[in-house]
Amino acid sequence: MEPLIFEWSRSQRHNSQHHPVGAAATENGAGSLEAALRPFLRQQPPPLPEVSELDVVRHFTRLSQQNFSVDTHFYPLGSCTMKYNPRICNTMAMLPGFLQRHPLSSTATGQGVMACLYELQEMLCNLTGMAAVSLTPMAGAQGEFAGVAMIRAYHQARGDGNRTEMLIPDAAHGTNPATATLCGFTVREIPTDGSGNVQLEALQAAVGPNTAGLMLTNPSTLGVFERHIRQIAQIIHAAGGLLYYDGANLNAIAGRIRPGDMGFDAIHLNVHKTFATPHGGGGPGAGPVGVAERLRPFLPVPMVGRQPTGSYIWLTEQECPQTIGRLSAFYGNIGVLIRAYAYLRLTGAAGMRRVADYATLNANYLMARLTQAGFQTAFPARRATHEFIITLKAEARQVGVTALDFAKRLLDYGFYAPTIYFPMLVPECLLIEPTETESKETLDRFVEAMIAIRQEAMSNPQWLRDAPHAIPVPGGGCSRLDDTLAARKPDLRWQPQP
Amino acid sequence: MPFIPHTANDTQEMLAVLEIDHLETLFEEVPPELLHPDQIDLPEPLGEMALARLMRERASQDERGLLCFTGGGAYEHHIPAAIWEIASRGEFYSAYTPYQAEASQGTLQVLYEYQTMMAGLTAMEVVNASLYDGATALGEAILMAVRAKPDCARRVLLPATLHPHYRQVVQTLLNGQEIEIVPLPFCNTGGHTVPESLHHHPARSFAALVIPQPNFFGILEEVHALTNWAHQQGGLVIGLVNPLSLGLLQPPGLWGDQGADIACGDGQPLGIPLSSGGPYFGFMGCKQAYLRQMPGRIAGRTKDKQGKEGFVLTLQAREQHIRRAKATSNICTNQGLMTVAATLYLSLLGPEGLHRTAAACHANTADLARQMQTVAGLSCLFDRPFFHEIVLQLPCPAPPILARLEQLGISGGIALAPYDGLLRDCLLVCATETRTPADNSRFAHTLKTLLAEEKGHGTSDF
Repeated sequence: MEPLIFEWSRSQRHNSQHHPVGAAATENGAGSLEAALRPFLRQQPPPLPEVSELDVVRHFTRLSQQNFSVDTHFYPLGSCTMKYNPRICNTMAMLPGFLQRHPLSSTATGQGVMACLYELQEMLCNLTGMAAVSLTPMAGAQGEFAGVAMIRAYHQARGDGNRTEMLIPDAAHGTNPATATLCGFTVREIPTDGSGNVQLEALQAAVGPNTAGLMLTNPSTLGVFERHIRQIAQIIHAAGGLLYYDGANLNAIAGRIRPGDMGFDAIHLNVHKTFATPHGGGGPGAGPVGVAERLRPFLPVPMVGRQPTGSYIWLTEQECPQTIGRLSAFYGNIGVLIRAYAYLRLTGAAGMRRVADYATLNANYLMARLTQAGFQTAFPARRATHEFIITLKAEARQVGVTALDFAKRLLDYGFYAPTIYFPMLVPECLLIEPTETESKETLDRFVEAMIAIRQEAMSNPQWLRDAPHAIPVPGGGCSRLDDTLAARKPDLRWQPQP
Repeated sequence: MPFIPHTANDTQEMLAVLEIDHLETLFEEVPPELLHPDQIDLPEPLGEMALARLMRERASQDERGLLCFTGGGAYEHHIPAAIWEIASRGEFYSAYTPYQAEASQGTLQVLYEYQTMMAGLTAMEVVNASLYDGATALGEAILMAVRAKPDCARRVLLPATLHPHYRQVVQTLLNGQEIEIVPLPFCNTGGHTVPESLHHHPARSFAALVIPQPNFFGILEEVHALTNWAHQQGGLVIGLVNPLSLGLLQPPGLWGDQGADIACGDGQPLGIPLSSGGPYFGFMGCKQAYLRQMPGRIAGRTKDKQGKEGFVLTLQAREQHIRRAKATSNICTNQGLMTVAATLYLSLLGPEGLHRTAAACHANTADLARQMQTVAGLSCLFDRPFFHEIVLQLPCPAPPILARLEQLGISGGIALAPYDGLLRDCLLVCATETRTPADNSRFAHTLKTLLAEEKGHGTSDF
């Protein structure tokens, strides 16, 4: 294990190239500072490490090498769309003209970035079939918040205040019910039928004058296309509710099928999924929202508008008095949006359609190969979308190895593990999403690893229960980590030995 | 094909395994009327060369080389080159939330080190792995305080010295929650919240008091008196702080007799480029007692099967993917890569560097204030101690002056009139460690010239 940075620390070692030297500060912490400031001063310096720049560069370089990432390993994490993040998008977003601009400087100094954002709004409208888009949400979950808050604002603006219930399929992402609660709705779960569709009878029975809307992912989290989407839209709209689209799985359909054509009123997109911006070890993402015409007045601000002269302006509360409001201190994660814009310009319409085609081809091919190898899929009668589910309940029953054991052993083979235990409806499940950027050879190697692991499970199940054994990172990594201990005795920061 | 490695032969072989002839067949379960008949209306694809040309043109349009005196929640600071060299490494950049801990030890150890550094900086007992930005972190802190204080009214005291955009974001986030926001007035001469002015709020009539330090005007609040008063009334204290200022200023964990209960803020000053407003990151820390009410990811240290130390995401029972409708927040993806940058920043600066940087910010702003006060017609609006921003009172409206300054190569601050009618002709300016006395002098002289011109013309232009 790489020591903690604090263990490299030596008193008085510092990097004077990175801070001002001279009169401003002295040993006693006050020095030439105004006397008026003294009562507000910190008495003890903050306990930060004192390390050289080379220590820092080596430490964090070594830490980076302890990670699996798309750049180093196949990362088939279902519902997360871990595709290649084109390097050019990063290089362009890091141009000084973009990086150095202050958010509150005038729009005259921002016409370049605002042109990108305006065009991104337009492209996302066309791609999704929605009437208008706001780019400001900073992640998918915040986009969801914006979408559900707009549905709430819509009903309120119509004096329809009794619509207090949000319908959510039981297979939905956890963010959906969490968001609905945050927006003040009560959540009502709708069951899924045996082939992965929403149960229409249950939906019909659930809707009524209290229905605010339905939150739906399509293709669903079960890796299948919701075939009855038009009927679902009819049922919800007839009851006076609105339809919300969770765009987590847009990669399966982008350029081929548009949420707007399916009847959705509000959608969010995850640009770190479909539009290849990096996941960054857990963000930053961006979660633009799109709406049908009737929700346009409620979109979160600011947005970019274009004047007849061709110059770009920010649309704020002044221009959009019915907006649900601001979601960030400034304009959202603009640096991320620039990467998404660059990606969309590289792919164009034909490229986006190929994304959906090859993401779907890869998933179906992988599913077919694994089925041939004897693995059980959750919905064998259905066509996979961009992802699919394997259930290991037979293996669990037979030899007592779990989806978690499989996942950990895959790490030894140099593959990041698929999403496990989600959706919760399918026991011992692996949700596998290869994405379009992986080659046939990589998929074939993954199949071989899965076959080999199953053989190991049959001959020596304990070997899997003890996995991982030798993760291919420098130093061999660690063996299985104890989550229970971590939660029982939380150790959330380093403290010096007394 | 761009970013798709399949040869024609690969595609044929894969379709053959599926026993189908065409890619279109993959979409056979989709009702045909939903399949978009033609190509969607998007611009023609560009090659990397053409894209780079376009993006360079756009970026250079915005590259003005302005001398920056604008703050207001986003600050120009020196960013050591090593930060983004390392943070942009593919192993950090293209990994995801570390669900498989054993294959994500790099990200997890960085988060643990980040939490340790931020806990030390804020003097809080525990810190999470980040939220979106300072404004949403404040919103989450308020929701957390209301959850933690079921015995208090669902009200929060929010000073008018808070960044107006933060207030707007809080409003948006709290809208569905039936939590009342009670605005607190500020002192006209000091630009701060006067502790005695709060005494009419009875005990348990609010769940939390928010204290911004420094506040939106750059002024330092009476954090000790405010904290003690709020605690006496049974409410929690939420400290909203600039993390860089904590190299110099009292950390929220040490305010008053018991310290703030929750600390949050925006991490942008710690090595994050201005980037027109994002991505930045929000940070949040709290007392141990409120740990299980805290939203967001948290990394923890544990042991592996062989007893070796390692790191995992922990206390996930608070989160949406486990708790669903009962989660502490809907947050999922946060701002991971930005915390990598901040951890690098704090490591490179260390206690000495952070202190000297913060002290230089204050000293430069003090110098700016001195220089500005020599200009006829200019004065500092408030008389209380400040950190690295001050409000200048102009003899005329600020927006036209700002436009002229920009033409002359200076980003001259923020006009406050749009935020508060009482702050007519006021300008919020900031001088960080990146400014020099010569820069300040150029700003003051330019402003002097513009004001003289303005006086010559009378005010009719405005």
